[in-house]
Amino acid sequence: MSDEIRTILKEHGRLSADATTLGDDADLYKVGMTSHASVNVMLALEAKFDIEFPDRMLKRSVFETIASIREAVEELTSGR
Amino acid sequence: MRKADSTQIEVVRAIAAEIAGPAADSVDREGRFPHEAISALKKAHLMSAFAPKSVGGLGCGMVELAGMCEAVAEHCASAAMVFAMHQIQVACIVRHGLSQAFFRSYVAELVERQSVIASVTSEVNVGGEMRTSLCAVETHDDQFALVKDASTISYGEQADDLLVTARRGPEAPNSDQVLVLVRKADYVLEKKGQWDSLGMRGTCSPPFKMTSKGHTDQILSQPFADIASHTMVPFSHILWASCWLGIATAAVTRARAFVRVQARAKPGTTPPTALRLAEVSSTLQSMRTNVDHVAAECEALMASQQGTDALSSIAFALKMNNLKVSSSQLVVQVVQQALLICGILGYKNDSKFSVGRHLRDAHSAALMVGNDRIYATNASMLLVLKDD
Repeated sequence: MSDEIRTILKEHGRLSADATTLGDDADLYKVGMTSHASVNVMLALEAKFDIEFPDRMLKRSVFETIASIREAVEELTSGR
Repeated sequence: MRKADSTQIEVVRAIAAEIAGPAADSVDREGRFPHEAISALKKAHLMSAFAPKSVGGLGCGMVELAGMCEAVAEHCASAAMVFAMHQIQVACIVRHGLSQAFFRSYVAELVERQSVIASVTSEVNVGGEMRTSLCAVETHDDQFALVKDASTISYGEQADDLLVTARRGPEAPNSDQVLVLVRKADYVLEKKGQWDSLGMRGTCSPPFKMTSKGHTDQILSQPFADIASHTMVPFSHILWASCWLGIATAAVTRARAFVRVQARAKPGTTPPTALRLAEVSSTLQSMRTNVDHVAAECEALMASQQGTDALSSIAFALKMNNLKVSSSQLVVQVVQQALLICGILGYKNDSKFSVGRHLRDAHSAALMVGNDRIYATNASMLLVLKDD
Protein backbone atom coordinates (compact mmCIF):
# COMPACT_ATOMS: atom_id res chain seq x y z
CA MET A 1 0.00 0.00 0.00
CA SER A 2 2.89 2.38 0.76
CA ASP A 3 4.01 2.06 -2.86
CA GLU A 4 0.57 3.01 -4.14
CA ILE A 5 0.57 5.99 -1.80
CA ARG A 6 4.01 6.95 -3.09
CA THR A 7 2.79 6.79 -6.68
CA ILE A 8 -0.14 9.07 -5.83
CA LEU A 9 2.16 11.48 -3.98
CA LYS A 10 4.50 11.55 -6.97
CA GLU A 11 1.64 12.37 -9.28
CA HIS A 12 -0.35 14.82 -7.13
CA GLY A 13 1.83 15.92 -4.18
CA ARG A 14 3.95 18.40 -6.16
CA LEU A 15 6.84 17.63 -3.81
CA SER A 16 10.38 18.86 -4.24
CA ALA A 17 11.68 15.35 -3.48
CA ASP A 18 11.03 12.08 -5.34
CA ALA A 19 8.11 10.46 -3.50
CA THR A 20 9.15 6.96 -4.61
CA THR A 21 12.33 7.17 -2.55
CA LEU A 22 10.95 9.09 0.47
CA GLY A 23 11.04 7.32 3.83
CA ASP A 24 7.77 6.37 5.52
CA ASP A 25 8.36 8.95 8.25
CA ALA A 26 9.73 11.80 6.13
CA ASP A 27 7.89 15.07 6.81
CA LEU A 28 5.96 15.75 3.60
CA TYR A 29 5.43 19.41 4.53
CA LYS A 30 9.20 19.88 4.61
CA VAL A 31 9.42 18.74 1.00
CA GLY A 32 6.76 21.15 -0.18
CA MET A 33 3.35 19.57 0.45
CA THR A 34 0.73 22.35 0.44
CA SER A 35 -2.87 22.24 1.59
CA HIS A 36 -3.98 22.50 -2.04
CA ALA A 37 -1.79 19.53 -3.02
CA SER A 38 -3.08 17.53 -0.06
CA VAL A 39 -6.63 17.96 -1.34
CA ASN A 40 -5.60 16.45 -4.68
CA VAL A 41 -3.73 13.63 -2.94
CA MET A 42 -6.84 12.95 -0.89
CA LEU A 43 -9.08 12.86 -3.97
CA ALA A 44 -6.67 10.45 -5.70
CA LEU A 45 -6.54 8.21 -2.61
CA GLU A 46 -10.33 8.19 -2.38
CA ALA A 47 -10.57 7.09 -6.02
CA LYS A 48 -7.75 4.52 -5.81
CA PHE A 49 -8.93 2.79 -2.64
CA ASP A 50 -12.65 3.49 -3.06
CA ILE A 51 -12.87 5.22 0.30
CA GLU A 52 -14.10 8.52 1.67
CA PHE A 53 -12.02 10.49 4.15
CA PRO A 54 -14.42 11.56 6.91
CA ASP A 55 -14.20 15.19 8.09
CA ARG A 56 -12.28 14.19 11.23
CA MET A 57 -9.42 13.00 9.00
CA LEU A 58 -9.31 16.16 6.90
CA LYS A 59 -6.45 17.68 8.77
CA ARG A 60 -2.83 18.47 8.36
CA SER A 61 -1.44 15.73 10.61
CA VAL A 62 -3.01 12.96 8.49
CA PHE A 63 -1.01 14.10 5.46
CA GLU A 64 2.24 14.69 7.30
CA THR A 65 4.00 11.41 6.39
CA ILE A 66 3.51 8.37 4.18
CA ALA A 67 3.06 6.37 7.40
CA SER A 68 0.26 8.63 8.65
CA ILE A 69 -1.51 8.47 5.28
CA ARG A 70 -1.19 4.68 5.26
CA GLU A 71 -2.60 4.50 8.79
CA ALA A 72 -5.62 6.52 7.72
CA VAL A 73 -6.20 4.47 4.55
CA GLU A 74 -5.86 1.23 6.54
CA GLU A 75 -8.41 2.42 9.05
CA LEU A 76 -10.84 3.27 6.24
CA THR A 77 -10.34 -0.01 4.35
CA SER A 78 -10.29 -2.32 7.39
CA GLY A 79 -13.18 -4.77 7.83
CA ARG A 80 -13.88 -5.10 4.12
CA MET B 1 -17.58 32.98 26.74
CA ARG B 2 -16.87 36.51 27.82
CA LYS B 3 -19.38 39.19 27.17
CA ALA B 4 -18.09 42.08 25.15
CA ASP B 5 -19.44 44.74 27.47
CA SER B 6 -16.69 44.75 30.08
CA THR B 7 -15.21 48.00 31.35
CA GLN B 8 -12.34 47.67 28.86
CA ILE B 9 -14.71 47.97 25.96
CA GLU B 10 -16.15 51.10 27.54
CA VAL B 11 -12.64 52.55 27.62
CA VAL B 12 -12.21 51.69 23.93
CA ARG B 13 -15.59 53.21 23.04
CA ALA B 14 -14.58 56.44 24.76
CA ILE B 15 -11.21 56.56 22.96
CA ALA B 16 -12.97 55.86 19.67
CA ALA B 17 -15.58 58.59 20.09
CA GLU B 18 -13.43 61.26 21.73
CA ILE B 19 -10.02 60.74 20.11
CA ALA B 20 -10.13 58.49 17.01
CA GLY B 21 -13.34 60.02 15.60
CA PRO B 22 -12.33 63.71 15.67
CA ALA B 23 -9.01 62.83 13.92
CA ALA B 24 -10.54 60.47 11.35
CA ASP B 25 -11.04 63.00 8.55
CA SER B 26 -7.51 64.35 8.84
CA VAL B 27 -6.07 60.80 8.98
CA ASP B 28 -8.01 60.00 5.80
CA ARG B 29 -7.33 63.24 3.93
CA GLU B 30 -3.61 63.36 4.70
CA GLY B 31 -3.11 59.57 4.55
CA ARG B 32 -1.35 59.75 7.88
CA PHE B 33 -0.99 57.35 10.78
CA PRO B 34 -3.78 57.67 13.41
CA HIS B 35 -1.23 58.41 16.14
CA GLU B 36 -3.74 60.05 18.51
CA ALA B 37 -5.89 56.92 18.67
CA ILE B 38 -2.98 54.49 18.92
CA SER B 39 -1.32 56.59 21.67
CA ALA B 40 -4.56 56.58 23.64
CA LEU B 41 -4.97 52.81 23.19
CA LYS B 42 -1.37 52.36 24.41
CA LYS B 43 -2.02 54.50 27.49
CA ALA B 44 -4.97 52.27 28.33
CA HIS B 45 -2.66 49.21 28.00
CA LEU B 46 -4.81 47.89 25.19
CA MET B 47 -1.90 46.89 22.94
CA SER B 48 -1.45 43.91 25.29
CA ALA B 49 -5.20 43.29 25.64
CA PHE B 50 -4.83 39.67 24.48
CA ALA B 51 -1.84 38.87 26.72
CA PRO B 52 -2.94 36.68 29.64
CA LYS B 53 -3.38 38.29 33.04
CA SER B 54 -0.63 36.00 34.39
CA VAL B 55 1.94 37.96 32.37
CA GLY B 56 0.38 41.36 33.04
CA GLY B 57 -1.97 41.61 30.05
CA LEU B 58 -5.70 42.30 30.16
CA GLY B 59 -6.60 38.68 29.37
CA CYS B 60 -9.19 39.62 26.76
CA GLY B 61 -10.60 36.96 24.43
CA MET B 62 -11.62 37.00 20.80
CA VAL B 63 -15.13 38.32 21.50
CA GLU B 64 -13.80 41.29 23.44
CA LEU B 65 -11.15 42.08 20.84
CA ALA B 66 -13.79 41.91 18.13
CA GLY B 67 -15.98 44.35 20.07
CA MET B 68 -13.02 46.72 20.46
CA CYS B 69 -12.18 46.66 16.75
CA GLU B 70 -15.80 47.34 15.87
CA ALA B 71 -16.00 50.22 18.36
CA VAL B 72 -12.90 51.95 16.95
CA ALA B 73 -13.98 51.32 13.34
CA GLU B 74 -17.26 53.12 13.94
CA HIS B 75 -15.18 56.27 14.27
CA CYS B 76 -11.95 55.62 12.32
CA ALA B 77 -11.54 52.48 10.23
CA SER B 78 -7.82 53.04 9.69
CA ALA B 79 -7.13 53.21 13.44
CA ALA B 80 -9.30 50.12 13.95
CA MET B 81 -7.46 48.18 11.25
CA VAL B 82 -4.07 49.10 12.73
CA PHE B 83 -5.32 47.98 16.15
CA ALA B 84 -6.73 44.75 14.67
CA MET B 85 -3.57 43.90 12.74
CA HIS B 86 -1.45 44.48 15.84
CA GLN B 87 -3.70 42.21 17.93
CA ILE B 88 -3.38 39.46 15.30
CA GLN B 89 0.43 39.55 15.75
CA VAL B 90 0.09 39.53 19.54
CA ALA B 91 -2.27 36.55 19.32
CA CYS B 92 0.25 34.56 17.24
CA ILE B 93 2.98 35.22 19.81
CA VAL B 94 0.80 34.59 22.87
CA ARG B 95 -0.83 31.44 21.51
CA HIS B 96 2.31 29.90 19.97
CA GLY B 97 5.33 31.42 21.70
CA LEU B 98 4.82 31.32 25.45
CA SER B 99 6.64 27.98 25.78
CA GLN B 100 9.80 29.73 24.52
CA ALA B 101 11.80 31.81 27.03
CA PHE B 102 12.46 34.61 24.53
CA PHE B 103 8.77 35.10 23.74
CA ARG B 104 7.75 34.95 27.40
CA SER B 105 10.07 37.83 28.17
CA TYR B 106 9.03 39.59 24.95
CA VAL B 107 5.38 39.52 26.02
CA ALA B 108 6.33 40.92 29.44
CA GLU B 109 8.14 43.72 27.62
CA LEU B 110 5.16 44.27 25.32
CA VAL B 111 2.94 44.71 28.36
CA GLU B 112 5.43 47.20 29.80
CA ARG B 113 6.20 49.19 26.65
CA GLN B 114 2.95 48.76 24.70
CA SER B 115 4.99 48.15 21.55
CA VAL B 116 3.27 48.11 18.16
CA ILE B 117 3.90 45.01 16.02
CA ALA B 118 3.45 45.06 12.25
CA SER B 119 2.98 42.04 10.01
CA VAL B 120 5.33 41.25 7.13
CA THR B 121 3.59 38.41 5.32
CA SER B 122 3.28 39.87 1.82
CA GLU B 123 6.14 39.44 -0.62
CA VAL B 124 6.93 40.66 -4.12
CA ASN B 125 6.47 37.92 -6.79
CA VAL B 126 4.38 35.71 -4.52
CA GLY B 127 1.04 37.10 -5.65
CA GLY B 128 -0.68 37.51 -2.30
CA GLU B 129 -0.43 33.89 -1.17
CA MET B 130 0.34 34.11 2.55
CA ARG B 131 1.33 30.45 2.75
CA THR B 132 4.19 30.87 0.30
CA SER B 133 7.53 32.59 0.92
CA LEU B 134 10.52 33.20 -1.31
CA CYS B 135 12.84 34.78 1.27
CA ALA B 136 14.60 32.43 3.67
CA VAL B 137 16.04 32.64 7.17
CA GLU B 138 19.81 32.22 6.93
CA THR B 139 21.36 31.05 10.16
CA HIS B 140 24.97 31.10 11.28
CA ASP B 141 25.40 29.52 14.71
CA ASP B 142 22.75 31.21 16.86
CA GLN B 143 22.30 34.29 14.66
CA PHE B 144 20.07 34.75 11.64
CA ALA B 145 19.86 37.15 8.73
CA LEU B 146 16.63 37.76 6.80
CA VAL B 147 15.94 40.01 3.82
CA LYS B 148 12.40 40.35 2.50
CA ASP B 149 10.93 42.33 -0.38
CA ALA B 150 7.50 43.06 1.10
CA SER B 151 4.80 44.27 -1.30
CA THR B 152 3.12 46.06 1.62
CA ILE B 153 3.78 46.57 5.33
CA SER B 154 0.93 48.32 7.10
CA TYR B 155 2.24 50.96 9.54
CA GLY B 156 5.75 49.70 8.76
CA GLU B 157 7.30 53.08 9.52
CA GLN B 158 5.34 53.50 12.77
CA ALA B 159 5.77 49.98 14.16
CA ASP B 160 8.26 48.97 16.82
CA ASP B 161 8.74 45.32 15.97
CA LEU B 162 7.88 43.14 12.97
CA LEU B 163 6.53 39.60 12.69
CA VAL B 164 7.83 38.17 9.41
CA THR B 165 7.11 35.00 7.43
CA ALA B 166 10.01 33.31 5.63
CA ARG B 167 11.14 29.92 4.45
CA ARG B 168 12.67 27.88 7.28
CA GLY B 169 16.05 27.85 5.52
CA PRO B 170 17.66 28.35 2.10
CA GLU B 171 16.90 24.72 1.12
CA ALA B 172 13.29 24.68 2.37
CA PRO B 173 10.36 24.59 -0.12
CA ASN B 174 8.21 27.72 -0.48
CA SER B 175 5.48 26.33 1.73
CA ASP B 176 7.74 25.35 4.69
CA GLN B 177 7.58 28.66 6.54
CA VAL B 178 8.46 30.01 9.97
CA LEU B 179 7.40 33.19 11.76
CA VAL B 180 10.20 35.43 13.00
CA LEU B 181 10.02 38.38 15.37
CA VAL B 182 12.39 41.14 14.31
CA ARG B 183 13.29 43.89 16.78
CA LYS B 184 13.32 47.59 16.00
CA ALA B 185 17.09 47.92 16.52
CA ASP B 186 17.80 44.97 14.21
CA TYR B 187 16.03 45.91 11.00
CA VAL B 188 16.15 48.54 8.29
CA LEU B 189 13.20 49.33 6.05
CA GLU B 190 13.84 50.78 2.63
CA LYS B 191 10.64 52.32 1.31
CA LYS B 192 9.98 51.16 -2.25
CA GLY B 193 6.82 53.12 -3.06
CA GLN B 194 3.94 55.17 -1.68
CA TRP B 195 0.61 54.45 -0.02
CA ASP B 196 -1.78 56.77 -1.79
CA SER B 197 -4.87 54.60 -1.72
CA LEU B 198 -8.62 54.84 -2.25
CA GLY B 199 -9.37 54.10 1.40
CA MET B 200 -7.83 52.81 4.61
CA ARG B 201 -5.38 55.62 4.02
CA GLY B 202 -4.25 55.86 7.64
CA THR B 203 -2.92 52.29 7.71
CA CYS B 204 0.14 53.66 5.84
CA SER B 205 0.94 50.46 3.94
CA PRO B 206 3.63 51.09 1.29
CA PRO B 207 6.03 48.45 -0.06
CA PHE B 208 9.37 48.07 1.75
CA LYS B 209 12.56 46.09 1.43
CA MET B 210 13.32 44.77 4.91
CA THR B 211 16.84 43.81 5.95
CA SER B 212 17.11 42.26 9.39
CA LYS B 213 19.14 40.14 11.75
CA GLY B 214 18.67 38.61 15.16
CA HIS B 215 19.04 35.63 17.45
CA THR B 216 17.53 32.29 16.43
CA ASP B 217 15.49 32.38 19.68
CA GLN B 218 13.33 34.95 17.89
CA ILE B 219 11.98 32.29 15.52
CA LEU B 220 8.71 30.74 16.69
CA SER B 221 9.37 27.01 16.90
CA GLN B 222 5.93 25.93 15.70
CA PRO B 223 5.55 25.72 11.90
CA PHE B 224 3.85 28.78 10.40
CA ALA B 225 1.33 26.42 8.77
CA ASP B 226 -0.10 25.64 12.22
CA ILE B 227 0.18 29.23 13.49
CA ALA B 228 -1.67 30.39 10.38
CA SER B 229 -4.57 27.95 10.58
CA HIS B 230 -4.94 27.98 14.38
CA THR B 231 -4.48 31.69 14.98
CA MET B 232 -3.47 34.09 12.23
CA VAL B 233 -6.30 33.26 9.83
CA PRO B 234 -9.12 33.08 12.41
CA PHE B 235 -7.97 36.25 14.19
CA SER B 236 -7.53 38.07 10.88
CA HIS B 237 -10.88 37.17 9.46
CA ILE B 238 -12.81 37.80 12.66
CA LEU B 239 -11.07 41.05 13.62
CA TRP B 240 -11.14 42.38 10.06
CA ALA B 241 -14.83 41.50 9.80
CA SER B 242 -15.37 43.36 13.09
CA CYS B 243 -13.71 46.45 11.61
CA TRP B 244 -15.98 46.20 8.57
CA LEU B 245 -18.97 45.77 10.86
CA GLY B 246 -17.95 49.02 12.58
CA ILE B 247 -17.78 50.82 9.22
CA ALA B 248 -21.20 49.47 8.22
CA THR B 249 -22.70 50.41 11.59
CA ALA B 250 -21.34 53.96 11.32
CA ALA B 251 -22.81 54.42 7.84
CA VAL B 252 -26.21 53.15 8.98
CA THR B 253 -26.05 55.44 12.02
CA ARG B 254 -25.67 58.41 9.66
CA ALA B 255 -28.48 57.15 7.45
CA ARG B 256 -30.75 56.78 10.49
CA ALA B 257 -29.98 60.32 11.59
CA PHE B 258 -30.79 61.54 8.09
CA VAL B 259 -34.13 59.71 8.00
CA ARG B 260 -35.04 61.11 11.42
CA VAL B 261 -34.43 64.64 10.17
CA GLN B 262 -36.73 63.95 7.21
CA ALA B 263 -39.38 62.45 9.48
CA ARG B 264 -39.32 65.46 11.79
CA ALA B 265 -39.84 67.80 8.87
CA LYS B 266 -43.21 66.18 8.11
CA PRO B 267 -44.67 64.53 11.20
CA GLY B 268 -47.35 61.98 10.37
CA THR B 269 -45.84 60.76 7.10
CA THR B 270 -43.13 58.12 6.92
CA PRO B 271 -40.40 59.38 4.58
CA PRO B 272 -39.71 57.11 1.57
CA THR B 273 -36.10 56.73 2.74
CA ALA B 274 -37.38 54.96 5.87
CA LEU B 275 -38.16 51.92 3.73
CA ARG B 276 -34.57 51.78 2.53
CA LEU B 277 -33.48 52.18 6.13
CA ALA B 278 -35.59 49.20 7.17
CA GLU B 279 -33.95 47.21 4.37
CA VAL B 280 -30.36 48.14 5.29
CA SER B 281 -31.04 47.52 8.96
CA SER B 282 -31.86 43.91 8.13
CA THR B 283 -28.66 43.46 6.08
CA LEU B 284 -26.62 44.97 8.91
CA GLN B 285 -28.21 42.57 11.37
CA SER B 286 -27.24 39.54 9.22
CA MET B 287 -23.70 40.81 9.08
CA ARG B 288 -23.56 41.35 12.84
CA THR B 289 -25.05 37.94 13.61
CA ASN B 290 -22.44 36.23 11.44
CA VAL B 291 -19.49 38.09 13.01
CA ASP B 292 -20.74 37.59 16.58
CA HIS B 293 -21.49 33.92 16.05
CA VAL B 294 -18.15 33.04 14.47
CA ALA B 295 -16.21 35.09 17.07
CA ALA B 296 -17.98 33.33 19.94
CA GLU B 297 -17.55 29.90 18.37
CA CYS B 298 -13.88 30.54 17.73
CA GLU B 299 -13.30 31.72 21.29
CA ALA B 300 -15.02 28.62 22.66
CA LEU B 301 -12.98 26.31 20.40
CA MET B 302 -9.73 27.96 21.43
CA ALA B 303 -10.58 27.37 25.08
CA SER B 304 -11.78 23.78 24.65
CA GLN B 305 -9.85 20.51 24.99
CA GLN B 306 -10.43 19.44 21.41
CA GLY B 307 -9.92 23.00 20.22
CA THR B 308 -6.73 22.50 18.27
CA ASP B 309 -8.18 19.62 16.25
CA ALA B 310 -11.29 21.63 15.47
CA LEU B 311 -9.23 24.69 14.49
CA SER B 312 -7.27 22.49 12.06
CA SER B 313 -10.37 21.12 10.39
CA ILE B 314 -11.49 21.96 6.89
CA ALA B 315 -14.98 22.74 8.15
CA PHE B 316 -13.58 25.48 10.43
CA ALA B 317 -11.32 26.93 7.72
CA LEU B 318 -14.32 27.05 5.41
CA LYS B 319 -16.39 28.87 8.02
CA MET B 320 -13.65 31.47 8.61
CA ASN B 321 -13.29 32.05 4.88
CA ASN B 322 -17.06 32.34 4.46
CA LEU B 323 -17.16 34.99 7.18
CA LYS B 324 -14.47 36.95 5.36
CA VAL B 325 -16.03 36.88 1.89
CA SER B 326 -19.53 37.48 3.17
CA SER B 327 -18.79 40.39 5.50
CA SER B 328 -16.40 42.02 3.01
CA GLN B 329 -19.21 42.10 0.46
CA LEU B 330 -21.94 43.10 2.89
CA VAL B 331 -19.98 46.09 4.19
CA VAL B 332 -19.91 47.64 0.71
CA GLN B 333 -23.57 46.84 0.18
CA VAL B 334 -24.59 48.39 3.51
CA VAL B 335 -22.57 51.58 3.03
CA GLN B 336 -23.92 51.93 -0.49
CA GLN B 337 -27.49 51.60 0.79
CA ALA B 338 -26.70 54.24 3.41
CA LEU B 339 -25.43 56.50 0.63
CA LEU B 340 -28.69 56.08 -1.30
CA ILE B 341 -30.61 57.05 1.83
CA CYS B 342 -28.52 60.15 2.58
CA GLY B 343 -28.43 61.14 -1.08
CA ILE B 344 -26.38 64.16 -2.02
CA LEU B 345 -25.65 64.91 1.65
CA GLY B 346 -24.11 61.46 1.94
CA TYR B 347 -22.09 62.05 -1.21
CA LYS B 348 -20.64 65.38 -0.06
CA ASN B 349 -17.50 65.15 2.04
CA ASP B 350 -18.30 68.16 4.21
CA SER B 351 -21.70 67.07 5.49
CA LYS B 352 -22.45 65.35 8.76
CA PHE B 353 -24.24 62.65 6.76
CA SER B 354 -21.21 61.98 4.54
CA VAL B 355 -20.43 58.30 3.95
CA GLY B 356 -17.71 58.79 1.33
CA ARG B 357 -14.87 57.76 3.63
CA HIS B 358 -16.87 54.74 4.78
CA LEU B 359 -17.47 53.65 1.21
CA ARG B 360 -13.82 54.04 0.24
CA ASP B 361 -12.65 52.21 3.38
CA ALA B 362 -15.22 49.45 2.79
CA HIS B 363 -13.87 48.70 -0.67
CA SER B 364 -10.57 47.50 0.85
CA ALA B 365 -12.38 44.55 2.44
CA ALA B 366 -12.70 42.41 -0.67
CA LEU B 367 -9.01 42.98 -1.49
CA MET B 368 -7.34 42.16 1.84
CA VAL B 369 -6.61 38.58 0.78
CA GLY B 370 -8.59 38.75 -2.46
CA ASN B 371 -12.03 37.19 -2.28
CA ASP B 372 -11.42 35.25 -5.50
CA ARG B 373 -8.39 33.61 -3.91
CA ILE B 374 -10.52 32.65 -0.92
CA TYR B 375 -13.30 31.30 -3.14
CA ALA B 376 -10.71 29.20 -5.00
CA THR B 377 -9.45 27.76 -1.69
CA ASN B 378 -13.01 27.05 -0.55
CA ALA B 379 -13.83 25.43 -3.88
CA SER B 380 -10.94 23.04 -3.41
CA MET B 381 -11.86 22.30 0.22
CA LEU B 382 -15.47 21.61 -0.72
CA LEU B 383 -14.27 18.82 -3.02
CA VAL B 384 -13.31 16.74 0.00
CA LEU B 385 -15.61 18.01 2.77
CA LYS B 386 -18.31 15.49 3.69
CA ASP B 387 -21.62 16.37 5.29
CA ASP B 388 -21.36 14.45 8.53
